[in-house]
Amino acid sequence: MTVDSIKNGVVIDHITAGKGMQIYELLGLGSLDVTVAIMKNVSSTKLGRKDIIKIDGDVEINLDVIGYVDPCATVNIIRNSSLVEKKSIDMPVLLTDVIKCKNPRCITTTEQELPHVFRLADRENHVYRCIYCETKGEAKKG
Amino acid sequence: MRGVIDILDLSVAEVDQMIRTACDIIDNPEKYSQICRGKKLATLFFEPSTRTRLSFEAAMYELGGNVLSVASADSSSAAKGESVSDTARVVSCYADIIAMRHPKEGAAFVASKNASVPVINAGDGGHCHPTQTLADLLTIFREKGRLGDITVGLCGDLKFGRTVHSLINALSRYEGVKFVLISPEELKLPSYVKNDVLKRKGIPYTQTTDLLEAMPELDVLYMTRVQRERFFNEEDYLRLKDSYILTPEKLKTAKADAIVMHPLPRVNEISVAVDSDPRACYFKQVLNGKYMRMALILMLLKEAGTI
Repeated sequence: MTVDSIKNGVVIDHITAGKGMQIYELLGLGSLDVTVAIMKNVSSTKLGRKDIIKIDGDVEINLDVIGYVDPCATVNIIRNSSLVEKKSIDMPVLLTDVIKCKNPRCITTTEQELPHVFRLADRENHVYRCIYCETKGEAKKG
Repeated sequence: MRGVIDILDLSVAEVDQMIRTACDIIDNPEKYSQICRGKKLATLFFEPSTRTRLSFEAAMYELGGNVLSVASADSSSAAKGESVSDTARVVSCYADIIAMRHPKEGAAFVASKNASVPVINAGDGGHCHPTQTLADLLTIFREKGRLGDITVGLCGDLKFGRTVHSLINALSRYEGVKFVLISPEELKLPSYVKNDVLKRKGIPYTQTTDLLEAMPELDVLYMTRVQRERFFNEEDYLRLKDSYILTPEKLKTAKADAIVMHPLPRVNEISVAVDSDPRACYFKQVLNGKYMRMALILMLLKEAGTI
C-alpha cells in the first residue's frame, strides 16, 4: 500500500502502533480542509509496528498533544518535498485545553470559561493531574 | 496573591512557625487582641459549614478584626450565576483576606488566582481543607509534644476523607512517622496517595480492616466520618457507615497516653461514652483550629503587607 509523499506539510512518524487515531482526534485533524492520511500498523525496523500521520498542508501542530500522547513520536516539517525541520517532542509540563477533567465535582464542570489545565505529576508513569482538583487526566477527546 | 489551597502550600518551616504563633496566642491572647484592628475577613461559604465559618470568624474577631460573611450560595451573587473568578475580584475590593468554602473542587484555587488579597481554602468539595489539617497538627503537637516519631492510626473512610489525605501529606514531612490505615476494603486509602506519598517517601505503613488489632501500637487514633455526600450510591453509604464505631471497650487496649482525634461532626463513629476519656481530644481540636486560623490569618496578612 502506498501513500503519496507530500510537498508542503507535516509528517508525524514513529507513533506507537494504536495511538495514531488518538493523536488524530486530539489534534482535531478531522476538521481540517487539507488532505490527511493516517496509516496504522506500518512495518518499522525500530518499533516493529508503528502509525504514521501525513498532513498535506501548511498547518500548525500542537506539539503538546503529541508529547502527551506519545513523546516517542517524531514530527517532520516538509517544504518543497524536502525535510526542513525535525521538531523535538517532550512531555509538556502543562497541558492546556487538550483533555477535559472527568471529575463531576471539579470547578471546570460549572465554570465553562476556565481553561482545562493538567500538570505533569509523574513523568516516569506518564501521569497528568488536573490543576484544580488533582484528578488524573485521561486521554480521550474533550 | 498567594493563597493557601493545600496544606503543602505551606512549608514545614511555616507550619512550625504557625504552631509557635498559635501557642503564643494561647499563652498571651491580649498581645494579639488588636493586631488586626480595622482589617476585614470575608467568609464566602457556598455550602453549609457552620463550625468552620464560625471558627474563621471567631479567629478574626479575637485578632481585633471584622468579618464580612456570605453564609450560603443562595444569598450571594453565585445564585445569579456569577463566576468564582468574578466573585474573588469583587470581594477583594471589600476585604483584606478571604476564606472560601465551595462544593466544587478547585474553586478556592480559581479564587486565589483572581483575588488581589490572600485566599484561604476553607474546604473545596472532597479535595482539600488545609485549616483542618493545621488544627490536627497543633492538637498532636500540644498533646504529644512533637510531630515526629509517632504512630498514627487513620480509621474509617480513607478513600473519600480529604482530612486523612491532607494529614498524611502534612505528617509525611516529619521524621519517624508511621501510619496504620484502618478501613473496610471499599474505603481503603487510594493507591495514588500510597504511591505518590507513602511509597515515594519510604514512609512505613500497614493496612488492616481490624481496629482492635491496631489499637495497642497507636499514639494517635484519627477517626473519620463515613460521609453521605461523598457517595454516589445511597446503598453503599448505608452498608458502610457503621463499619467502625469507637467505644470505651475498644479503647481498653489503647496506650495510656494515646489520643483520639476526629475532624467532627461525628455521627455515631465515636460513642459519646468516649467523650469523658482523657484521651479524647476532638473538642480540643476544634479550639486548636481557631488558634491555627488566627496564626494563618496573621501570617498571610503580614506577608501581604496589610499589617
